[in-house]
Amino acid sequence: MLRFIAKRFLETIPVLFVIVTLTFFMVRLAPGGPFTTEKSIPPEIQKKLEAYYGLNKPLYHQYLDYIGNLLKGDLGPSFKYATWSVNELIWSAFPVSLELGCYALAIALILGLGAGVIASLRQNSAADHMSMSLAMIGICVPTFVMGPLLILVFGLGLGWVNASGWDSARDRILPALTLGFVYAAYIARLTRGGMLEILNQDFIRTAHAKGAPPIRIIFKHALKGGLLPVVAFLGPAIADIITGSFVVETIFQIPGLGRFFVTAAFNRDYTMVLGTVLFYAVLIIACNLAVDIVQVWLNPKLRFE
Amino acid sequence: MPLLTVNNLRAYFHTRNGVVRAVDDVSFEIEKGDMLGIVGESGSGKSVTCYSLMGLVPQPPGRIESGSAVFDGKTDLLKCSTNDLNQIRGKHMAMVFQDPMTSLNPYMRIEDQLIEPLLIHGVCGRAEAVKRGLHALEEVGVPDAAKRIRSYPHEFSGGMRQRVMIAMALITKPELLIADEPTTAVDVTVQAQILELIKKMQNELGMAVIWVTHDLGVVAGFCRRVLVMYAGRILESAPTEDLFYRTKHPYTRALQRSIPSLQPKGAELYTIAGAPPDLSKRIEGCPFAPRCEFAQERCGQPPIELKTVEPGHATACVRMQSSEISI
Amino acid sequence: MQETFTAQTQNAAPLSEAEAGTSLWRDAWHRLKKNKMAVASAVILAALSLASVLAPWIAPYSYEEQNLALRAVPPQSGHWLGTDALGRDQLTRLLYGGRVSLMVGIVATGVALLIGVTYGATSGFFGGKVDMAMMRIVDIIYALPFTIFVILLMVFFGRDIRLLFVAIGAVEWLTMARIVRGQVQSLKKQEFIEAARALGLRRRRIIFLHMIPNVLGPIIVYATLTVPAVMLLEAFLSFLGLGVQPPMSSWGLMIKDGADRMEECPWLLIAPGVTLAVTLFCLNFLGDGLRDALDVRASKD
Repeated sequence: MLRFIAKRFLETIPVLFVIVTLTFFMVRLAPGGPFTTEKSIPPEIQKKLEAYYGLNKPLYHQYLDYIGNLLKGDLGPSFKYATWSVNELIWSAFPVSLELGCYALAIALILGLGAGVIASLRQNSAADHMSMSLAMIGICVPTFVMGPLLILVFGLGLGWVNASGWDSARDRILPALTLGFVYAAYIARLTRGGMLEILNQDFIRTAHAKGAPPIRIIFKHALKGGLLPVVAFLGPAIADIITGSFVVETIFQIPGLGRFFVTAAFNRDYTMVLGTVLFYAVLIIACNLAVDIVQVWLNPKLRFE
Repeated sequence: MPLLTVNNLRAYFHTRNGVVRAVDDVSFEIEKGDMLGIVGESGSGKSVTCYSLMGLVPQPPGRIESGSAVFDGKTDLLKCSTNDLNQIRGKHMAMVFQDPMTSLNPYMRIEDQLIEPLLIHGVCGRAEAVKRGLHALEEVGVPDAAKRIRSYPHEFSGGMRQRVMIAMALITKPELLIADEPTTAVDVTVQAQILELIKKMQNELGMAVIWVTHDLGVVAGFCRRVLVMYAGRILESAPTEDLFYRTKHPYTRALQRSIPSLQPKGAELYTIAGAPPDLSKRIEGCPFAPRCEFAQERCGQPPIELKTVEPGHATACVRMQSSEISI
Repeated sequence: MQETFTAQTQNAAPLSEAEAGTSLWRDAWHRLKKNKMAVASAVILAALSLASVLAPWIAPYSYEEQNLALRAVPPQSGHWLGTDALGRDQLTRLLYGGRVSLMVGIVATGVALLIGVTYGATSGFFGGKVDMAMMRIVDIIYALPFTIFVILLMVFFGRDIRLLFVAIGAVEWLTMARIVRGQVQSLKKQEFIEAARALGLRRRRIIFLHMIPNVLGPIIVYATLTVPAVMLLEAFLSFLGLGVQPPMSSWGLMIKDGADRMEECPWLLIAPGVTLAVTLFCLNFLGDGLRDALDVRASKD
């Protein structure tokens, strides 16, 4: 198992390298720069700014500088927020996004797994059709439609929660629900499918023949295999939750990293964009690794490859 | 008193293309310690009969239409609740399935699956169960059992897996073992070993065995009595020796004739012409009549029933019953 | 002995119709027709597509026409879905938005199909080291936050709608490649391919009559499911302001406008939101129906 982790770790380094390089050059080669969108700055001041931020050095020099700083863990200063470094910005915004993401994931798992297992046990019943239809709605109504609709109904209409903001505990509900519901829907469908496939296998018949009660069959025999598609889904899903957070944070005015990222992209804040992309990349790779480890634990056949 | 009495078992499958009468009025008995063989082609209903007894027929689309299967004079397996059924299966009645590759849970260790019947039925605690599991593995001839018990099924060969299945079925020392073609999916060399193994266990435990197979040779070497099934019905029921030397049904005779090794060299292989009937259509009269060389008009008329023509020997052939023909 | 044998074969019962069998496609069509939700979805989709395609002829106004006198009015006669803050008719914008979404759906899926199928088929067919290398690349790309890259792409390299199609398509080809490669790989090993070879069939016949129909199934299913994913991505980008630019309309843009002005003009949000949801709904149901119909093993009876 340890060898597996070490091997995967080594594999990620070239990936990160590719990401850094790609993003760096993409950002630099784009038309316009961080200072061209502002009201026109006198050329001498522009030159000074560029010199300060090292933008007047040849490209490859900037690149090497950046890598050097990176290895020291320094993501550089933000071009837009003059007194802040990228590290500080990320550090202040990420915990918010993390909290949102965790709530969303919790909702997704609890709702999704629950609905999926129940649906698979009562195949073709009313409960099955209902939960799958609900899941379908979750998949087809995008977050940026559901969010405003929820605000409309519960925030403005019924007045149960604030329409936006991240101050009180109640503010967490709608955003987490908006972000989590889609994934609950996918997880429900995947769980149902995975469980159904397992439940039709011969070894479940053997378990029945041994006199195992239904609960035991679900939890001891079926769940491990039935959850495999869900776990496989979770890897890329975590990346999606991150991108989904851009929209949710924008709609609900949440001061999270997603909103910073979108703003930074607009403002051509090079270092901020780069830093955030890198940060996300590391996060996604770490999550994927964790998910893969869980998969190997669940499915012993994978251990011998 | 017989260990298991099956009366008029009917199991039908309600499919898109019609109602498939997989088991159509089957009745038999088995005593304690008896060794019964059920022989038939694919689709004859022998496996579905066993699944019906164990409560493993998927409902829907299957359904037990009628009949009773009284176990140990007390419980009707076909009508009791799932709870009651779970008390019996795995403990007093066990089954070994045809395909060892798919019948074991690939996500669980051998040990956990093997001792599960003991834990489910509260026979003993986990520590004791593990000991018994190890012993059971050794009994069935799995080498290096102590180490291998912690492996996963895909690390075992087919023959080994079948032994594990047998150990798992017998670990609670059931009164009845149902073996559904346990040697069909394994190598020929392993077949003989499995046969010997079950014989040995049967001897030691004194349990009854129902052995389902399409192979007459296996039946000859193991069973005391045989049922011949075709198209969901029993066509003949007799002690083994009588079945082979003094068969009283044309189908059985045709089956015996079809054994390749018994045929004269150089001649064209004997086959029974035609194909088994479509079970989704109602069959009037004897199901074998379309393919039978002795068929006459009245073979197509109901009722066709098993009748005892000699002590212990029953046949469903109306012409044999009235001694019109001899085979 | 031999005479009896021949006589017996002649008397054997002929194969019934149930044993004669049906072809895979006919069976699939039959199953699809029985799936009422899938059929209903297909009908709704056809209607929506038709309306979008005919937009220039049936829309009551032009999509950029502003009627400043009737700004932000709720649904009424003359403007069945109301107008937005600039007085533009919502119904018109909805229809034109449909055209954009439709185009994105088809073109981007086409791009994804083209890249994915070629890549996957090549990789699966050649196998060995070539396959391993190609799949490695897919794995690496799969782990990247591709959507984020698309965002960057759209931000920095312009707002050309054609770039949008290609970028979106480039995100979706990965899974298609994996599916096709898996299919081709398993097909190569299938016993019926070996049987065909053993029967002496020519390779071309094997490929066209046996392999392609089996690969087509999952491709069709997945393509039908890629379209809604693609449309969703376009709407997502437009919502963030990175996709279709005004004065052109897209459902994503309309939803953004609606969300911004939710308190005063809820109708601006509801119409495009519902339309998008219904379209995605139908596409998904159709895709599911196709998948159920074409999967030989998944017979519920």
